[in-house]
Amino acid sequence: MTTIRCDNLTKTYTVPVRDPGLLNAAKSLFHRRTRDVEAVKDVCFELAEGEIVGFLGPNGAGKTTTLKMLSGLLQPTDGQVEVLGFKPFRRQRDFLRQITLVMGNRNQLVWDIPVADSFERNRAIYGLERPAFTETVDMLVELLDLAELLDKPVRNLSLGERMKCEVAVALLHRPRILFLDEPTLGLDVTMQRRIRTFVAEYNRTSGATVLLTSHYMADVEALCERVLVIHHGQLLFDGQLDELVQRFSPHKTIVVDLETEEADLSDYAEVVHTEGNRVTLTVPKELTAATTGRLLADLPVIDLTVEDPPIEEVIERVFTQQLQHDPDSTSDDSATP
Amino acid sequence: MSAWFGDIYRTLFKIELAVMFQYRAAVVIWLIGLVLQPVIYLVVWLTVAETEGGRVGDFDAGSLSAYFLIMMVVNHATFSWHMWEMGYRVRSGSFNSLLVQPLHPFHRDIIQNMAYKVLSLAIVLPVTALLWWFFEPTLTPEPWMWIALGPAVALAFLVRFFFEWSLALLAFWITDTSGLNNLYMALFFFLAGRMAPISLLPSWGQAIANALPFRLMLAFPVELLMGRLTPEQVMDGFLTQILWIGLGWLTVHLVWTRASARYSAVGA
Repeated sequence: MTTIRCDNLTKTYTVPVRDPGLLNAAKSLFHRRTRDVEAVKDVCFELAEGEIVGFLGPNGAGKTTTLKMLSGLLQPTDGQVEVLGFKPFRRQRDFLRQITLVMGNRNQLVWDIPVADSFERNRAIYGLERPAFTETVDMLVELLDLAELLDKPVRNLSLGERMKCEVAVALLHRPRILFLDEPTLGLDVTMQRRIRTFVAEYNRTSGATVLLTSHYMADVEALCERVLVIHHGQLLFDGQLDELVQRFSPHKTIVVDLETEEADLSDYAEVVHTEGNRVTLTVPKELTAATTGRLLADLPVIDLTVEDPPIEEVIERVFTQQLQHDPDSTSDDSATP
Repeated sequence: MSAWFGDIYRTLFKIELAVMFQYRAAVVIWLIGLVLQPVIYLVVWLTVAETEGGRVGDFDAGSLSAYFLIMMVVNHATFSWHMWEMGYRVRSGSFNSLLVQPLHPFHRDIIQNMAYKVLSLAIVLPVTALLWWFFEPTLTPEPWMWIALGPAVALAFLVRFFFEWSLALLAFWITDTSGLNNLYMALFFFLAGRMAPISLLPSWGQAIANALPFRLMLAFPVELLMGRLTPEQVMDGFLTQILWIGLGWLTVHLVWTRASARYSAVGA
């Protein structure tokens, strides 16, 4: 069942333009200039119920703007968007009760009072029955290890603790759709893993649909089979993560440990990195088997591994290729709220 | 539906009260400002009365004291600050977390306002009693005036809240609304009877004050308790207050739809 459908979704911001300097500031009083910035342009995709999809792109690519349109914060300039059969921008209560939006730096927790009071506030706002609420709180406390935090004022929590509580308070009403915008931003590796495990567990037990943006590829690799890649507001890729690697990375990485140091392997393949007796090479995918065979036959090899390049590298390659196709386009972070 | 709203109002009220307790010093400083202003006006008007032979218009020292002290309490009960906060919410994107929840921000603001009033009344009332003892005002209301005061103040609060919330929504069109807010406050000071009783204004000033909702936000309950209005005038005041509330509700409803469509949800 399709839960999210975007059809030529577009958002254009009109931003004021002013040259620097006092004179130009004075001129702008009488002659106001603006320009349109297309933050999201003709984006089309569908998400099925229960999917976890990674939404990738550099800063200013249009990820957050898209999430804001899907959650009803922003009205699209053009195109159609439907979430659970609702037009998000109408912000009907029945729609808002079934979704949640977690943004890395913005919060639903009340700063000055204990976490449990924020939970209680959301219980009332979402009209949750007491038994179901208690059951959900117990589940969240256990999964996210919150027992020690509930009676602490939010301002006294560490960033990681606060983020765990943010995720918990956003899920008290057991939403069917989760929009997670950088949920692990600024967290240490342990805390990132915990949030990640929790999201996977919540998705497994509730069947919720998750659309996740993250700059940490570990999040995406751990959670998402499918990814959407957006750049300059346009969708560049929609498919399986493996397919992304296949399509945008025609190379493999070979790491060789040799018995001797300072061997020159440039005749075999492009040398990416040498450290002691470990050499990292990159080879066109179709030459991987032949190159590996030659290395093993010719050299005193202790160990050899063949890997796909890191996902960060693949994503970077996607953006680079897009830039080569579209050299005039430039990123405009500041213009994209 | 009504049970849900009842639960929301009860729960959020308690939570807002708990938040206010965290800001005791700020609450007290705000209150000092709220008390000082009318006391200064009172002292100025008492001085004017003294130089004019004991009276200014139809007010003597006792009734001037009564007017400004009652006005202080009514102003406290009816004031709101959200028009100053709305611009920040829009500019900073802090509206985001409110808009994704199934509760209109209007309700949250009204609950926050009520919580503040309940907490601060615990200070305002004893301070008023102290000032009452000091200034020795003259006040002899009839019982029906005390009964009518409650609804008059409640309606005045709603007129003011709807009016100022509608005005606050202009923050979606104008980046910085502080100039507009100051202009509104200047009008309010004169036309609501805060700086001087409306009967002391020139006749054209009185006509404007009566045509706009300002008087109904503040001076009307004060004049009621001071026995300066007939029962017919009080009924007329109630009806006009209800009319303005209806108009305010309609304005908030219509403007909100357009205002939130303009929202650019800045910030992550």
